Amino acid sequence: MGDLKNITTTNTGQNIDPSLIPILEEISDPEIPVLKILDMGVVRKAVWQDDEVYINLTPTYSGCPAMDVMADDITAAFEKENIKVKVKLVLSPAWTTDWITPRGRKALEEYGIATPLEEHADKEALLGNKRIVKCTNCGSLNTTMVSQFGSTACKALFQCQDCQEPFDYFKCLK
Amino acid sequence: MKNLKNYILQIADNNLILGQRLSELCGHGPSLETDIACTNIALDLLGQTRSYYQYAASLENDDVTEDDLAYQRTEREYKNVLLVEYPNKHFGYIIMRQFLFDVFHQLFLTELLSSKDEQLAAIARKGIKEANYHVSFSGDWIKRLGDGTQESHEKVQEALDALWSYTGELFDPSEYEKQLIEEGIAVNLEKIKPIYLERVSKLFAEATLTIPETKWFKKGGKQGVHTEHMGYILADLQYMQRTYPNMSW
Repeated sequence: MGDLKNITTTNTGQNIDPSLIPILEEISDPEIPVLKILDMGVVRKAVWQDDEVYINLTPTYSGCPAMDVMADDITAAFEKENIKVKVKLVLSPAWTTDWITPRGRKALEEYGIATPLEEHADKEALLGNKRIVKCTNCGSLNTTMVSQFGSTACKALFQCQDCQEPFDYFKCLK
Repeated sequence: MKNLKNYILQIADNNLILGQRLSELCGHGPSLETDIACTNIALDLLGQTRSYYQYAASLENDDVTEDDLAYQRTEREYKNVLLVEYPNKHFGYIIMRQFLFDVFHQLFLTELLSSKDEQLAAIARKGIKEANYHVSFSGDWIKRLGDGTQESHEKVQEALDALWSYTGELFDPSEYEKQLIEEGIAVNLEKIKPIYLERVSKLFAEATLTIPETKWFKKGGKQGVHTEHMGYILADLQYMQRTYPNMSW
C-alpha cells in the first residue's frame, strides 16, 4: 500500500478520490492479471459527483481490447457496492509508460515481463538491437529482440542469449 | 459540419480498410513474427478508426453509431484512398503498401496535432505514437528486402513499381478537404508532400530500390470511386451485418 499515495501525486493531471481507491484497487488488467489498473496509470479521474462516481479511463493502445473489459470490470465492481458509476474513455493526454507506478513495474518484472526503459534506451533496444533489456529469468543483459511486436499490443518479444528463455518486454510509449 | 464529417470519415476509412487488409494475414503471415506484427498494426489502426467513427457519429443528430459507419455504408460512401485496397499479393506488396502509407500517416498525424479541431488533435496525439512505431517496422523491412537477396529485391521492386502510382492521391485534397485546410482544421497536404518524397526517396536509395518514373497517378477513392478490390473487402467486412442485420455480441 506504500505506493498508493504516489498514484495521486506523481501523475500529471490525475485526480482520484482517495475514498474510491479501495474499490479500484480490486481491479486488474485482464491481459496481465498481476498488474492492477491503478498501477498502470490508465485511471485518470475517479470522483464523486452527487451520489454518482465518474471515472475517466485512457487507453494504453488505441485498439487495446482490454479497455472494454476494464470498463466493464469497473462498472461491476462499483455496482457490487451499490454505487452508480459512469466510465468514460479519454484520449488526451495520451497514456505513456511513465504512468506505470513503481509497484506496477515490480509486479511486471516478477511476472516475467521486462519493464519499459527510458525513451532513448527503448529506441536503441527496439530499433538498434542494443543489449540493454534485462532477462526476467536470469538477469543477463545478453538479450536480443526477436520481434518488435509481441503477444499483445503493448509488448515486444525478446530472448535471453544466456539462459535461452524468451520473454516479453513492455514497450516504451511516450 | 458536413465537411468535417466527410473529412473524419476519409481519415477513418483509410485506417479501417488497411486494418482489414492486414487482418487477413492473421494466421497466414509469412512467419509467426511478421504475422503477429501485421495484425498488431491492424489492431492499432482499427483502434484509431473507432475513435474517428465515434467522433463522426457524435456529429449526427440521429442514432447513427460507430458500427453503422463501419458496417452499413455502401461502397461509394467510403472515402479511403485506393492504395489501402491493394491486395496482399505477396509479402513484398504488403510491406511496400504499409511503408508508403506509414510515412504518410506519420507526417499526417504530426500535422493533425495542431488542428483547430480539438478532438481530431487528441486522436492524433494517441495515434502518432503508434504510427512512429509502424514506420520503423515497415521501413526496416523495406531495407532488408530491397538490399537483401536478388529474389527479395526483385519482389519488393515489383511492388514499388505497382504501388507508386497510388501515392499521388494521398496529397490530392478533396473539395471538402480544401475548405477545411483553409479553416485550419485539415492537414495541409502540400506542406507534407515534399517531406514525404524526401523521406521515402532516402530510404529507397538505402534499400537500393528505384522509384518508377510516372507522371500519371491513380485517384478516386476520396470521391468514393474505388478499385475492383473494394467490393470484395466490403463483402468480407460487412458479411455478418448484411446477413443478420443489427446483430451484436
